[in-house]
Amino acid sequence: MKHATPFSKILVANRGEIALRVMRSARALGYGTVAVYSTADAGSPHVREADQAVCIGEPAALSSYLRISALIEAARRTAADAVHPGYGFLAENADFANACIDAGLVFIGPSPGAIEAMGNKAGAKRLMAAAGVPCIPGYQGEDQSDSRLAEEAGRLGYPLMIKATSGGGGRGMRLVRDADGFGDALRSARSEAANAFGDTTVLLERAILEPRHIEIQIVADRYGHVLHLGERDCSVQRRHQKLLEEAPSPVVSAALRDRMGAVAVRAARAIGYEGAGTLEFLLDRHGDFYFMEMNTRLQVEHPVTEAITGLDLVELQLRIAAGEPLEISQDQVHLSGHAIEARLCAEDASQDFMPQSGKMVLWHAPTHGPARLRVEHALESGAEISAHYDSMIAKLIAHGTTREEARRKLARGLETLVALGVTTNRGFLASCLEHSVFAAGEATTDFIQRYRAELLRDDPEADARATAVAALLLMQGGTETRPPLAGGALIRPLPMRLRLEMGGGGRELTMVRQGQRSYIAEGGGHRHVLDLIDFGHHRIRFVCDDVMETATYFRDGATLLLQLGSRSYRVKNLTHVAHSQPGTASGSDGRLRASMNGRVVAVLVAAGESVAPGQPLVTVEAMKMEHIHASPVAGTVRALHVSAGDQVSAAGLLAEIAIEEDAPSGSRESLSSETGRTHPPSP
Amino acid sequence: MAHIGSSIGPGSESYRRNRAAMLALVEQLRDYERRAAKRSAAARERFEKRGQLLPRERLALVLDPGTPFLELCSLAGLGLDQADLAKSVPGGGVIAGIGYVSGIRCMINVSDSGIDAGALQPMGLDKQLRIQEIVLENRLPYVQLVESAGANLMAYRVDEFVRGGALFRNLARISAAGLPVVTVTHGSSTAGGAYQTGLSDYIVMVRGRTRAFLAGPPLLMAATGEVASEEELGGAEMHTRISGLGDYLAEDDRDAIRIARDILASIDWNRERTAGSRSFEPPRLDSEELLGIMPADHKQPVEMRQVIARIVDDSFFLEFGRDFGNATVCGTARIEGWPVGLVTNNGPIDGAGANKATHFIQACCQARTPIVYLNNTTGFMVGRAHEEAGIIKHGSKMIQAVANATVPQITIYCGASYGAGNYGMCGRGFQPRFCFSWPNARTAVMGSEQAARTMMIVTESAMKRKGGAVDRSALEELRLRIVDRFESQMSAFVTSAQVLDDGVIDPRDTRAVLSKVLDVCREAEVSSPQRMQFAVARP
Repeated sequence: MKHATPFSKILVANRGEIALRVMRSARALGYGTVAVYSTADAGSPHVREADQAVCIGEPAALSSYLRISALIEAARRTAADAVHPGYGFLAENADFANACIDAGLVFIGPSPGAIEAMGNKAGAKRLMAAAGVPCIPGYQGEDQSDSRLAEEAGRLGYPLMIKATSGGGGRGMRLVRDADGFGDALRSARSEAANAFGDTTVLLERAILEPRHIEIQIVADRYGHVLHLGERDCSVQRRHQKLLEEAPSPVVSAALRDRMGAVAVRAARAIGYEGAGTLEFLLDRHGDFYFMEMNTRLQVEHPVTEAITGLDLVELQLRIAAGEPLEISQDQVHLSGHAIEARLCAEDASQDFMPQSGKMVLWHAPTHGPARLRVEHALESGAEISAHYDSMIAKLIAHGTTREEARRKLARGLETLVALGVTTNRGFLASCLEHSVFAAGEATTDFIQRYRAELLRDDPEADARATAVAALLLMQGGTETRPPLAGGALIRPLPMRLRLEMGGGGRELTMVRQGQRSYIAEGGGHRHVLDLIDFGHHRIRFVCDDVMETATYFRDGATLLLQLGSRSYRVKNLTHVAHSQPGTASGSDGRLRASMNGRVVAVLVAAGESVAPGQPLVTVEAMKMEHIHASPVAGTVRALHVSAGDQVSAAGLLAEIAIEEDAPSGSRESLSSETGRTHPPSP
Repeated sequence: MAHIGSSIGPGSESYRRNRAAMLALVEQLRDYERRAAKRSAAARERFEKRGQLLPRERLALVLDPGTPFLELCSLAGLGLDQADLAKSVPGGGVIAGIGYVSGIRCMINVSDSGIDAGALQPMGLDKQLRIQEIVLENRLPYVQLVESAGANLMAYRVDEFVRGGALFRNLARISAAGLPVVTVTHGSSTAGGAYQTGLSDYIVMVRGRTRAFLAGPPLLMAATGEVASEEELGGAEMHTRISGLGDYLAEDDRDAIRIARDILASIDWNRERTAGSRSFEPPRLDSEELLGIMPADHKQPVEMRQVIARIVDDSFFLEFGRDFGNATVCGTARIEGWPVGLVTNNGPIDGAGANKATHFIQACCQARTPIVYLNNTTGFMVGRAHEEAGIIKHGSKMIQAVANATVPQITIYCGASYGAGNYGMCGRGFQPRFCFSWPNARTAVMGSEQAARTMMIVTESAMKRKGGAVDRSALEELRLRIVDRFESQMSAFVTSAQVLDDGVIDPRDTRAVLSKVLDVCREAEVSSPQRMQFAVARP
């Protein structure tokens, strides 16, 4: 089908930053845009940005963004005639590409055949090896018996990798260092693969230790014209997912680039590829590279390639899909400067990168000013970060003449970025950028694993300063602008003993007012002299120990969110909160008393039994109503003072509970924390 | 010459001399003031061991951070505790001044209990009387952080005892003047000092620390021979559960101060300023769930706090007297920013509950806080013990408070509203400003079964008295007739048809309805239409 396939309205079958990114180029080329959204995304920017939008289902991706029929129907309703899948979701799903084509829509991406061919890892490798692409020596045979696999492993030598054939994202993947560990690793890789993909087929390959992840971007039109746009180095990964990506790679020479590029072009030609695609390679320290897989879609990290080539990859995708020939030749692809991308994720690096969700109460991207960055995101203050989707919420891309310049800009940009409300990896990314190994361009794929402790290191000095700044903010009352109070100059040096909780630890801090807006903050062995210079809505300018600085903050009830430099803090003000005693946080001494006069109709426990808070113990009938008396605390029934049929008077002792020492403490603010009566509180 | 120019020379010798002399005097003043703080802080170890804050730390925590505080009479008693000025510690045993608490300008009086366990020092009485005078003249809410051993018996003086009565007279008059008196009893408040607590409008007590009694164990033993512990005689738990002297039970000093701040925050004191700038949070809990709280089976009790949590801003409810008369629930909250007092029932109203509600309604009137009654009661408690304890008296006080309340009262029939409970909970007969019913509401003089059984017992005993046999079928027919007569009249649709309310509402709309009518009440309060002696006549 070597002909033009024009279209005029593009349905973007994705959400978030990539949907916005695709629409931007589509609009620039005069295309109409259609967004799709789940009910969780109804208020998202990508919905507002599109000309038309269609709701395609419930929040869970399976009920919305992965529903092929709903997407095709959305295109029909809006008369869209092309579909861009973005990345993730259905971007590499051949069924979806086929469904689009069957519905008469132009699928902006490669043919279903190419998607399918590259989708199966073992198959892809066989194809690539046949095309002369270097592959890691391995075993991809159909015989999946334990004995055959063990035999092949022995032939390959150790260390080696076991990988699920249908795997991805590091799941179903195991590194085996010697023959002894092979059996266990095989079993666990298979069971993980079975759970994740429903397919236990594995392949074996030689492990390349401390490799670099280098990928080559290619574009191919439908007339056999294939270009490569240089490499990207995506070696900085956590849990096999990329965190920092850069182009060019600090270790790829022009000659190596040419060699890798030529291989990639050859590979694309071999499968008749059309559109944008990426070949991922492992590069070992000797300069040998091995094919890993091909991504038949736009990559998350495409902007670094755009930055150094000056090309718009989405634009190229759209032109190719419409049947236009590529207008440039390989000679015309020039690489200029250096670009680095950081993936901002809603995750807690200190908790093994656990994804986070919640409301991003304050968001500001550093897209203006002299050190502005390209920031791809679909966020705004107040945006809800849903647990249903990927934790990557924004990408920051810095472009400089040199790598060092790009690195500096990105690090500063991360400090300027405001992301408060949901824990992100902002600080962790800054640590990575500033680590000497990354700065020297020497990071390999085990960078994070290896330097994890250094990258996550606490900074007690910075924390103490942040505590002092938090205290300074708390001394200002709130964000509400209040009229100046009469007699504002009357200063009493009354020491204010604040009690704060930060990062799980409690801190006592005494603030002594020295003047109108100056304080001495003392506590935990630190002493800071603070002067408030300017107190704005979400920004505070202050002098701390003779240095003037700015911090960003957000007050959420008794919690203060604070961002100081590359660190973010969640500070709870416990100044007016009781020091709860273990087990008595519910305010109970363990004695259960009758709530009113009445007759005991049932005693539901026996002495010596252990009870949970809220567990019904005694039922008292009064005024025709049955009143359940529940245990106020966790503990053991020490004594029962009533039995069924007894008459009790109000506040009469029913039972005594020996309080369990380390029982979980109840929330004292909760309306339902009523102790020892009626129904157990609802959660 | 409107602006005055300078005619002094800061560079001159006389200026410098004057300045140095003045600075020396200021330093002298500060030195006197620091002595009290220093002497008081000498007790730090003792206080911390007990989990307490020092008096000045309490003061710092009760004040709005970073706001001005004008201390008063800091030199009271200077040279009177001892003639040697170099050693005298002034202050009168009290720290007092004007500051902001939860945005409200208040007078704050703190017992300096680091010194002599808070016993009054020379001129302490005069200082406190002057403070109270300022409170009355300047209409300031009054916050007391009390921990005082009272008078030092070794320094007893009859004139101070007699004049001291004015302290208590003033407290009563401050309350009557519409100035809320909020007291935290951090420690001892005994003998005469017990009335410093007792005459307050809102009392916060600290678990394990409060001691409020007329006679402590030694005096009690001397007077009557009775043996009792301090905790039994006047501890926070006893007072918040049994005597009802304490309205709020705090876990420690910090908690107590937070409650005091919350109490002031619940009062719409600066009414002109706040009227236009209401901001609020929705309830944390889903109002949709109001559909599933009221039980189909009327015998099941209802936790009305769960209803409140789905109606009020941020589901925040500052409960008043939680452990005293606890089937009657009182407390403050906001509805779309409007402060309200809420009174509701988790069961029948007993004497303690009626007394608590009476106190609460009067406190709402003092603070000009509208009251919302969420009816869910089968009536006042009955029985010999309750009659002996004066349930009629206590119920009457509640009814008097409702009848004479000076703030808008709004009634919602959420469940049962039976008997005198309907009166005490501001039923239609008490002319609430607005009155709505939930569809499940039931209004009656008593439950139908109770009414039927009552009539059966009366009839059965009449049959027996007449010597005849008991006619079971006649009794059963009587029962059915009464049940039918009651049942047919108690439903919300029937009462609403008779305009015994202002309409039946969807429970989910309760917050919106309340917000609307509170807004109407507030606007009526501030609007000033032209009153005329005629109606506009048509030609």
